[in-house]
Amino acid sequence: MTGAVVIVGAGQAGFQVAASLRQRGHQGPVTLAGDEPGLPYQRPPLSKEVLAGAAAPETTALRPEAFFAKHDIALRSGQQVVGVDRDRRTVTLSSGAALDYDHLVLATGARPRALPKPGADLDGVLALRTLDDAVAIRDRVTADTRVVVIGAGFIGLEVAAGARKRGAEVTVLEVAPRVMGRALSAPSAAHLVGRHERAGASIRTGARIGRIADDGHGRAAGVVLAGGELLHADLVIVGVGVAPATDVAEQAGLPVDDGVLVDATLRTEDPHIWAIGDCCRFPLPSGQHVRLESVQNATDQARAVAAAITGGPAPYDAVPWFWTDQHDAKLQIAGLLDGHDRTVLRGDPDGDGHSVFCYAGERLVAVESINRPRDHLAARKLLAASFSPRAEDVADDAVDLRELLAVTAPAPPSAAT
Amino acid sequence: MPTITYIEADGEQHEVAVAAGTTIKDAAIANGIDGIVAECGGNAMCATCHVYVDPTWADRLPAMEPVEDELLEDTASPREATSRLGCQVAVGDDLDGLVVRLPEAQE
Ligand SMILES: Cc1cc2nc3c(=O)[nH]c(=O)nc-3n(C[C@H](O)[C@H](O)[C@H](O)COP(=O)(O)OP(=O)(O)OC[C@H]3O[C@@H](n4cnc5c(N)ncnc54)[C@H](O)[C@@H]3O)c2cc1C
Ligand code: FES
Repeated sequence: MTGAVVIVGAGQAGFQVAASLRQRGHQGPVTLAGDEPGLPYQRPPLSKEVLAGAAAPETTALRPEAFFAKHDIALRSGQQVVGVDRDRRTVTLSSGAALDYDHLVLATGARPRALPKPGADLDGVLALRTLDDAVAIRDRVTADTRVVVIGAGFIGLEVAAGARKRGAEVTVLEVAPRVMGRALSAPSAAHLVGRHERAGASIRTGARIGRIADDGHGRAAGVVLAGGELLHADLVIVGVGVAPATDVAEQAGLPVDDGVLVDATLRTEDPHIWAIGDCCRFPLPSGQHVRLESVQNATDQARAVAAAITGGPAPYDAVPWFWTDQHDAKLQIAGLLDGHDRTVLRGDPDGDGHSVFCYAGERLVAVESINRPRDHLAARKLLAASFSPRAEDVADDAVDLRELLAVTAPAPPSAAT
Repeated sequence: MPTITYIEADGEQHEVAVAAGTTIKDAAIANGIDGIVAECGGNAMCATCHVYVDPTWADRLPAMEPVEDELLEDTASPREATSRLGCQVAVGDDLDGLVVRLPEAQE
């Protein structure tokens, strides 16, 4: 419990490792080095409360400055890690400082993918990842702004909702035939689209981008579709996904494949180096390798690594969950939708909320809940117990999901009907 | 400005003054009180902002939504009769002087 821990990246995951190490009584030095300025903060409010003007940027801080001093966490803000020497076990910061480590935790997150189209670097074309991005977007969105969002993923749709709330004219362009193609079941995607449209946004699927039009002064004037149609815009938000920040791992010579590759205990091939959060690709208990982008994944993996460093490695097997807020819909997802071939609806999809239970064969793999937090909480329990309720029970709103779990011994997935 | 007194599991007390309408959880985070974790940022999803409201205050708090009640079944330290989620209780002037105890563990 006395080794030196250096954490690269002071985001949700990096912060949580530092906090959990101290909570578990780790005595050695803990350094949290992050290239962003200021205190570590949460990203979810950026596209929600901060964009809507409902929360001041500083309210996103995970902890006040005093927390870091009190827990003897050396917070090195505004400092990039530029090199790792695995033989000597040192990292180099952009300031030139070198830090020794016994454990190195890579928590470098992800960065927005650029739009590979002409004009993507014009003024007025923005992505949303950081607090500065959120403030820049907030400051540009007024009731007179025309906003075009490219990409109907979670962040794009949250930005669309926030901009509409501020009165802006909003168009969302999605190249795929429907929004959030693989991230959401068809009934839930349709429900969300309905909410956006009722709120006055225009959502266009199957929309191929040609280029961003220049107003002649280096500012974006609109988006030109592949067919030549021009959509005027004062602000273009690019939300076409993120790429994991793997440069530090690559420089250190660690295996990377759309994420830093780790084993079931979140350790890289170097026993002194771990990777967690948005930047890592890890094996699920099923053996499938995934990279997840969520607060739950960042914090649960952080806790697992803090436990491994203070106690000993154990396989990571938390049930993934995620949430997003769009207009008056709070959507929560438990589990992973990948491979589902059947959905069972609970509640009224045309009402204020419903849940969609996603099955792969007879096995429950994920549950999406819109404004049904109780279903979501029950789903997390069902999935943690690997219990697949019968479709007729799930579809019957009068059946209490928790009781189902309490009274029924978990059946092997193949035995469920 | 209402004040809230937090009593940590080890007995240490903190009295903080907050703007009316601040939640028990936001006030704790802003004032560096460690006994509240608030991992989900106040979205009623994590139950790591669990507090035990002093019994003399418990009845004066706004009623719980079903989701708070359900999440309280999942707290790291045992639920008690006056357990609440700190993120779901905003403290107005009528709750000036509120006293809450913090549990042993949140995660
Ligand atoms: C706008 C927005 C809204 C979101 N909303 C939700 C939501 O509602 N629900 C949800 O579950 N998830 C949401 N997410 C996702 C969630 O925020 C991320 O999954 C989470 O932040 C991942 O944590 P992380 O620590 O892995 O990465 P990050 O939080 O991105 O932190 C990584 C940090 O490392 C820094 N860094 C990178 N390289 C270096 C280096 N070489 N040296 C030093 N520092 C470095 C980065 O600058 C960054 O500060 C949202 C994300 C965004 C952007
Ligand atoms: S902060 Fe997560 S439930 Fe209160």
